[in-house]
Amino acid sequence: MNPKIHFLQGNEACVEAALYAGVQFYAGYPITPSTEIAEHMAYRLPQKGGKFIQMEDEIASICAIIGASLTGHKVMTATSGPGFSLMQEGLGYAIMAEIPCVIVNVQRGGPSTGLPTGPSQGDIYQARWGTHGDHAIIALTASNHQDIFEITVQAFNMAETYRTPVILLFDEVIGHMRERLIMPEEGEIPVVDRLRTSVKAGVDYHPYLPREDGRLPMSDFGGEHRYNVTGLFHDMWGFPSDNPAVVHGLLRHLVDKIRNNVQAITRYKEYHLEDAQTILISYGCSARSALHVVQNRRARGERLGLLELQSLWPFPYSLVEEKCAEARHIVVVEMNMGQVVRAVKRAVYNPERVVLANRIDGSFITPTDIKNILRLIQGKGV
Amino acid sequence: MASVKEYIRERFFPHIWCPGCGHGTVLKSLITAVDQLGLSKNDIVMVSGIGCSSRIAGYVDFHTLHTLHGRALAFATGVKLSKPQLRVMVPMGDGDALAIGGNHFIHAARRNIAMTAIVMNNRIYGMTGGQFSPLSGYGKAATTAPYGNIDHDFDVVQLAKAAGASFVARTTTYHAPQMVEILKQAFTHKGFAVVEILTQCPTYFGRKNKMGEAPDMLEWFKENTTPIGSQAKQKNPSLIERGVFVAEEKAEYCTEYEKVVERAMKGRE
Repeated sequence: MNPKIHFLQGNEACVEAALYAGVQFYAGYPITPSTEIAEHMAYRLPQKGGKFIQMEDEIASICAIIGASLTGHKVMTATSGPGFSLMQEGLGYAIMAEIPCVIVNVQRGGPSTGLPTGPSQGDIYQARWGTHGDHAIIALTASNHQDIFEITVQAFNMAETYRTPVILLFDEVIGHMRERLIMPEEGEIPVVDRLRTSVKAGVDYHPYLPREDGRLPMSDFGGEHRYNVTGLFHDMWGFPSDNPAVVHGLLRHLVDKIRNNVQAITRYKEYHLEDAQTILISYGCSARSALHVVQNRRARGERLGLLELQSLWPFPYSLVEEKCAEARHIVVVEMNMGQVVRAVKRAVYNPERVVLANRIDGSFITPTDIKNILRLIQGKGV
Repeated sequence: MASVKEYIRERFFPHIWCPGCGHGTVLKSLITAVDQLGLSKNDIVMVSGIGCSSRIAGYVDFHTLHTLHGRALAFATGVKLSKPQLRVMVPMGDGDALAIGGNHFIHAARRNIAMTAIVMNNRIYGMTGGQFSPLSGYGKAATTAPYGNIDHDFDVVQLAKAAGASFVARTTTYHAPQMVEILKQAFTHKGFAVVEILTQCPTYFGRKNKMGEAPDMLEWFKENTTPIGSQAKQKNPSLIERGVFVAEEKAEYCTEYEKVVERAMKGRE
């Protein structure tokens, strides 16, 4: 038996990846279908000298990880639908105060308490715009355990690189499904460590003055530099300010640091796109059924391809436009009333070519669901 | 003591508090307590919420975290547990700590995580202009109670005791020397410490309730409070008691977590 090969749940794969990336602090609250992340963290983190705490609710959970990030630790929380709603307040704080952290949302059916044990991908726009005010966000996803591992490590890397919360949008299917994971060797996936200031003690440190490359070296709470952190608009010392120039500059910085790096942030996989007349675009669990259809049809000689998105925000508009330039039909496969399809329509030259293949009843979308839409497109009736 | 200026960020003065506000007295007493204990500024993290009280964090030269309304204790829990050698002080307003933050308050107390929660109780929401808080009290006037407040208030001391806080005390801005002594005890207590400080808001609570100017409100604190267990209290039960109500040893969360780590690491071998 190869010790590198594991058979586990997606939620557990996410935890193992977070440990690989160097997570040291986790705060959370039980909620289906994300609970196994908390359970596995409670078991695994102290083995590595890390800290796990079960908080009184999801609001407290995200606040606690922000506090722990400021003392110099890599941090994470995980939740599902209703808990993700409660976390929006803290998410905005982490955006404004530029606190690296990773927030996992194992999506379930909604709105409200919805379908606790049923899969859905209905939180795509909540991840984008759930917290109030103008902002940018990074949201990543994956469709199998090996990719969950890789993308979770990337989430921590991006959180540190851009000093921002990163959202991992998983779903009930991949969270609970068990499949094989080959544990990467140390060093196989690069791990980005926190960028700390080189400013010496006694020299005026400006925690919120970006370098020329837009990055902000940090100083740990408890270290030599004492500074203020706030959710209010703030100046380069982190002190509240309503000076229009300061407000304008900070908001531009918060948005531009993500927007100017869309290419670097973009993650995707492609299957048979080179000559595809019909392109399926999908992500998360839905991409599994979409891939099945593509492989099946290719075997029959049909020119079908799949673009699997692993970064949903910032949305990779240029990538989608470029990949879909020659396609006659584009079918977005997702488990909601049509969320990513909206962004795809904005991205492509001719939005009439874009249709939706979806499922919203809490059952996993099947290859048949997708094939039914393909038959319609091809004029074969249902 | 060292100059107060050693502990403040002069760059950010003048402060935003109204003339006569009691929060400045809390700031001075807190600094005095820190100075008398000889604490290192690098070891102190002050975490505050939202409201007039929360601005205290901006003015002190510690590591400071000005957070969300009601959430200060949740942020502080992350700070403390992730780096237990830090000394964490959490000044909050009455609405901040006990309305929107009430749940975090009782759970921080229950966990007994070593930090000092300071409830700066002026019995009103000052920053938003004088709405009643959970500590205003029945019959009081506020902008959201134009016909008189029908909400009953909490007793912070009783609540903190019931929730499991291992140090509970109360004082007022009139009793600044006592405040310094209580804060010193609270800062060195190995567990969750709650210090309620009655502080005057002449601008809203005082004006709305016809309590006069700041000196009159301070006079009210003097006349209406008494040391715990005093004879005066027996004669007049409506007096508010001041002093240390609870100071007990109890397993502290961060220390307990160290044992969890030990057990987890042993289990691996």
